[in-house]
Amino acid sequence: MSEVIYKKPDSLSDKPFHYCPGCSHGLVHRLVAEVIDELGIADNTVAVAPVGCAVTADEYFRFDTVQAAHGRAPAVATGIRRALPDRFVFAYQGDGDLAAIGTAETVHAAARGENISIIFINNTIYGMTGGQMAPTTLPGQVTQTSPYGRDPYTQGYPLHICEMLSALNGPTFLTRTAVDSVPHIRETKKAIRKAFSYQLQGKGFSLVEVLCACPTNWGMSPTDAVRRITEEMIPYYPLGVYKEEV
Amino acid sequence: MSETVLMKGNEALGEAAIRSGCRHFFGYPITPQTELSAYMARKMPKIGGTFLQAESEIAAINMVYGAAAAGVRAMTSSSSPGISLKSEGISYIAAADLPCVIVNIMRGGPGLGGIQPAQSDYFQATRGGGHGDYHLLVLAPNSVQEMACLTADAFNLSEKYRIPAMILGDGTLGQMMEPVDFSALPKPVFAEKPWATNAMGGRRGPNVIKTLYLLPEELEATILEREKKYDFLRENLQRYEARFTEDADIILCSYGITSRVVETAVRELRNEGIKAGIIRPVTLWPFPEKIFKQVRPKAYLSVEMSMGQMVEDVKLACECRVPVYFTGRTGGIIPSPAEVIAKVKEIHREVCAVV
Ligand SMILES: Cc1ncc(C[n+]2csc(CCOP(=O)(O)OP(=O)(O)O)c2C)c(N)n1
Ligand code: SF4
Repeated sequence: MSEVIYKKPDSLSDKPFHYCPGCSHGLVHRLVAEVIDELGIADNTVAVAPVGCAVTADEYFRFDTVQAAHGRAPAVATGIRRALPDRFVFAYQGDGDLAAIGTAETVHAAARGENISIIFINNTIYGMTGGQMAPTTLPGQVTQTSPYGRDPYTQGYPLHICEMLSALNGPTFLTRTAVDSVPHIRETKKAIRKAFSYQLQGKGFSLVEVLCACPTNWGMSPTDAVRRITEEMIPYYPLGVYKEEV
Repeated sequence: MSETVLMKGNEALGEAAIRSGCRHFFGYPITPQTELSAYMARKMPKIGGTFLQAESEIAAINMVYGAAAAGVRAMTSSSSPGISLKSEGISYIAAADLPCVIVNIMRGGPGLGGIQPAQSDYFQATRGGGHGDYHLLVLAPNSVQEMACLTADAFNLSEKYRIPAMILGDGTLGQMMEPVDFSALPKPVFAEKPWATNAMGGRRGPNVIKTLYLLPEELEATILEREKKYDFLRENLQRYEARFTEDADIILCSYGITSRVVETAVRELRNEGIKAGIIRPVTLWPFPEKIFKQVRPKAYLSVEMSMGQMVEDVKLACECRVPVYFTGRTGGIIPSPAEVIAKVKEIHREVCAVV
């Protein structure tokens, strides 16, 4: 008799992802869904979706979801959290969403130690709008709006979100991971599980920054995109735990 | 039994919200609504509610969006410049058909403007303010008692019809003290919220609150559906006060604090034998256009603390069958009864001249 050894998490719907080949969004959705299954909290979860490629996350997740305006997910999550103190509330956001238009909402939700978790997809680019410069775009990186490569002299330097937030008292768990290898993907899942557990224990604000690929807007094949995470992104955005309160 | 106390408008509004079951208030400081936030900051922690001073009006309105999506009665308040910032969030709340109450204690604009009372956000309130085809239910109190009663109404109506409601007051109403009887408050009527994103437990499938529809046909369908609700409200929710209109030659239209000036002016004009009447819209959206079909004055005069905004709705409502005039002050100045009387006499000479 055959035995199921690998299956889709219950917290994912049957709808096929619309994400491009090699895009990390689907992978991270899956990790989030697996963790929610393992913690058995789908019935108690309210997710907040961003504006970005993951705007339609509600179609894939099988739990309650609220779509926020661009960058406002931490404020929306705060409203839900304060209204429903016993639910599990997390936001899922891209780098334009979290680190440009929504910087104030991110920093202040963190500073308040709001008991929410944030999954932060850092792909160094605006995916949904077709590849413009993000606050996380690397120096020299070519995008639609930095066609000669990001020049820090006129376009500024990238934001290091984990490092920034680690200066605050509010957050209790901040970590940066990547999805460029199987061990790193496993670590990402562990980090998500830890962030979610922190919230379940009422410990306050947690954030997992995941270095991700956007092969389409990087103009790369999925395999080259993975290599770019390893060779260019990780050196600039060091992996590791930036804050961990026990 | 009456429960009459002397209170500032802003505080009466806050007390009414609490008595209406609001336990979630998100704000950002701005004059002249500060007393409301301060009242909520004092009261909420004592009754197990949430008072949260957000990092901006943008954050505050999005917290309201989250709390409303979660199914609770939520409120935010601000004054003109802050309402401009909230407009993005208000558009999303309207698009998601979420109930909530937004308070605008208006001050002079544009820009930073001033901190004295004004009514120059009428267009912003009644035309939407943010982007897209949407409306708010807009209620305009003219006394501290109404600040309280209309707040209670706003929560009930907003929830019943799943439409964000705005209390449009001004700095004078917010800060003046008058007796208010809380026993006269409409009782809270809580609506079922099977749509709320309050986690799936017990439900068969997930709930989703969203405002993105990439297919034009789908987006159009949601807008048409919402328009049916707007039509129903236009038909059934018009509120106003009409006085001395039967024999009136000139009907003065005004709302909020300005209507109190008009009241004095009309009494004086009647004493002098000039047949002046009053229509005071209480709902600014839906605008009470029906009453304009029932009266036959020789002219209308819209009196506002702006450069003439509601006057456009008066023209639409009476279909310009008779001349529609405007008078007002702006920048934070309340027109005086004498100014209003002078304008009415001028109009009277034009439209009631014996030839
Ligand atoms: C107020 C507002 N400004 C701009 C946009 C357009 N917009 C949609 S998605 C997006 C950027 C998304 O990039 P990111 O957050 O990095 O997410 P990704 O698509 O890469 O996952 C922008 C600018 C918008 N929807 N709303
Ligand atoms: S554009 Fe980039 S982020 Fe968006 S789905 Fe495609 S690969 Fe993913």
